[in-house]
Amino acid sequence: MTETLAAGRQAETDAVPAIRMRKLTKVFGDTIAVNNLDLDIRQGEFFSMLGPSGSGKTTVLRLIAGFELPTSGSIELEGKDVTGMAPFERDLNTVFQDYALFPHMSLVENVAYGLRVRGMPRKERQERAREALERVQLGKFVGRKPAQLSGGQRQRVALARALVVQPKVLLLDEPLGALDLKLRQQMQLELKELQRSLGITFIFVTHDQEEALTMSDRIGVFNNGSLEQIGTAHEIYERPGGAFVANFVGTSNIFDAAQAQKLYGRAEQVCIRPERLRLSWTAAPEPRTGVTSRPGTVTALVYVGHATQVRVQLDDGPAVVVLAPETLPGGDAELLDRRVTVSWDDDAAVWLPPAGS
Amino acid sequence: MRLSRSAKVILGVVTALVFLFIYLPLLLVVVNSFNADRTFGWPPRGFTLEWWGRAFDSPGVREAVVSSLWVAAVSTLISLVLGTLLALALLRYQFFGRDVISLLVILPIALPGIVTGIALNNMFTTILGVSLSMWTVVIAHATFCMVTVFNNVIARLRRMSGGLEEASADLGAGVFTTFRLVTFPQLRSALLAGGLLAFALSFDEIIVTTFTIGAGDTTLPIWILQNLFRPNQAPVVNVVAVVLIVVSIVPIWLAQRLSQDSVGIGATRVKVTEG
Repeated sequence: MTETLAAGRQAETDAVPAIRMRKLTKVFGDTIAVNNLDLDIRQGEFFSMLGPSGSGKTTVLRLIAGFELPTSGSIELEGKDVTGMAPFERDLNTVFQDYALFPHMSLVENVAYGLRVRGMPRKERQERAREALERVQLGKFVGRKPAQLSGGQRQRVALARALVVQPKVLLLDEPLGALDLKLRQQMQLELKELQRSLGITFIFVTHDQEEALTMSDRIGVFNNGSLEQIGTAHEIYERPGGAFVANFVGTSNIFDAAQAQKLYGRAEQVCIRPERLRLSWTAAPEPRTGVTSRPGTVTALVYVGHATQVRVQLDDGPAVVVLAPETLPGGDAELLDRRVTVSWDDDAAVWLPPAGS
Repeated sequence: MRLSRSAKVILGVVTALVFLFIYLPLLLVVVNSFNADRTFGWPPRGFTLEWWGRAFDSPGVREAVVSSLWVAAVSTLISLVLGTLLALALLRYQFFGRDVISLLVILPIALPGIVTGIALNNMFTTILGVSLSMWTVVIAHATFCMVTVFNNVIARLRRMSGGLEEASADLGAGVFTTFRLVTFPQLRSALLAGGLLAFALSFDEIIVTTFTIGAGDTTLPIWILQNLFRPNQAPVVNVVAVVLIVVSIVPIWLAQRLSQDSVGIGATRVKVTEG
């Protein structure tokens, strides 16, 4: 974590960040939604704020947009302090979770809205709105009302409406949450592609770790109003900065300090991803250097399509989940309670710094 | 729940009796306004338009109609502005004393008219020292007419997500532009329904009016009260009563249709925003 934060600080000096937050705190009643946050979001990057509900990620987004005023701290947009500015004074736009399309306006009127309030003449703004709708493949529907569209189409209108005014930063508040899986995956790719071609900074809020891993240049993992870790998808997944990140992003097998002490002689939590564990159904250990093997008993099997998740209770350790891609040597009934050996390369083990460090 | 046959019959009869009890007397007033018999003997002896003609020719009645319409229109206008502002403030902003204020806004409609009347009369004459006039009636009516507008608007605002207003601000619109282009179009039918109810409430109000009206001024209900026991005027009173019934019922009926309609629109809107 210290490593990645330091890397973030280094980048600051190179260029003015799109968004710079310093000591940002937001308190609602007696809950601290955002706690003393320092975060820089670079120009032109796809940054995801990932976290469970109530972790403060949406509040951070609303603070950036200006819908909430921070209790303390500051927010800069491209080097300019916008902390106290109203939403309509900030040069950034939002795609809302529920899209918030104006129900009494047609699609063109919805998309042209931002241009209209900026005083652009009717003809010109309608022209631009049509083009924007064309770009999101809704050119045929310009005269329709939002209620006549499907969820995915509304999502595209919301996107066109926010982008037509050419904001410096686009904020996206779980915009794919209401879509079904297939459409969501398609929109993930489209969004990423759009961001790359426009070169605008995207700040994407999501609780879906897979979504964040797929789309982002960098991810900030939020928990209890604070940032747990910032890094690329690869860094976050392969080198989680703590037990929270290890558990929230993907599945992790965590050995507590006492168990790690027995394994490696180091009293710190260690985590290994399920796909990095290997299973020997004949209970044969792998007697190679740099590999650790431990005996255990199979307690459950869950078929997930591309593999089987096998739950193994280690004799002198925790219950671990092994992702077994191979065809299993028998049915569930035969394999349950079977004695097996679980092995892993020692460099697959990630030491987790204790919480709060 | 399905009802048994006998329960249906009994409930039907009871319902019919209740409605008969409410509307038969009103119907009687309407019929009598065309009854040729001066003493309203039953059954009516013949049909006549004489009373209607006399009512239209009476300067007192004409003046009272104009006054009533004017009072209702102005107090409705005031109610629309204040009721909408109150609803917006109470629903969209957090501030100290919000719950108390929302109770204080609704209270006037529950207060007995005679209390409101006496209180306002005192206020106007002894404390403020203004002489009673049509304007004091307008202000008095606005105190309770505001409630119907407020209730309609706040119900609509509750269904309408604040997200629309945020989206508008996000796209660069200031507070007034947002109200004009986004909030107001959403509120239109609620305002119409609330305004019609307010108009009807004011148009046939008598108790508060009695205490706040200036000497020599009359509204339609006041005119009826003054002429009720003059035997000469009795047939004309019936005509005025019919006018009062119609002018009060039509807005209520329209308002009900509108708010049903708006419930439908509101529901689809909620669905839209929930995506």
